[in-house]
Amino acid sequence: MNATVPLWIEAVVALLLVASGIASLIAAAGIIRLPGLFQRLHAPALAGSFGSWSVAFATVAYFSALEGSPVLHALVIPFLLALTLPFASVLLARAALFRKRQDGANIPPPLSRG
Amino acid sequence: MSPLLSIAVFATLLCYAVAMSLGVVRLLRGPGAEDRVLALDFLYLNGMLALMVLGIRYASGMVFEAALLIALAACVSSAALAKFLLRGEVIE
Repeated sequence: MNATVPLWIEAVVALLLVASGIASLIAAAGIIRLPGLFQRLHAPALAGSFGSWSVAFATVAYFSALEGSPVLHALVIPFLLALTLPFASVLLARAALFRKRQDGANIPPPLSRG
Repeated sequence: MSPLLSIAVFATLLCYAVAMSLGVVRLLRGPGAEDRVLALDFLYLNGMLALMVLGIRYASGMVFEAALLIALAACVSSAALAKFLLRGEVIE
């Protein structure tokens, strides 16, 4: 692997990587600063969507330029995250709703009766 | 690898490290159990992204399987912890 990558592709890759790092920092600031659990649940989605997509695109661009042919398998990871992250966070939100209702916190009542 | 890209990789890994330490603060301090699960999920996510960035740094294609496995483990562990918080046990 002694092939060199063109400079503009390296610039694009660097830009995407730094963008994902900043998205991850914003998500961490949201996790630290937001006041309640239900607000905090929103923050990691930034790192999970924008961060992982930009890292995957950077990986695809870099390895495609390195090997001279399209290398697309890194895109599997953000697809997988897009399938699994909402599932986990909805389960977590339901668990939090259930537990806060059990504790008698000020939470909206369930919509379904029965 | 040009100096531009190695500086960008270093800055990105630094951002991830700061984000992960903020996540650890939430993990240790979180008022409720759900906050801790959320922070753990965030740590999984950042570790996986850092692994992908290291894959670019060392021009190695071997890390994608590991990143894929970490993403799957993050989903499964968060779902299992949420189920535990909801019902008191994981498998009924």
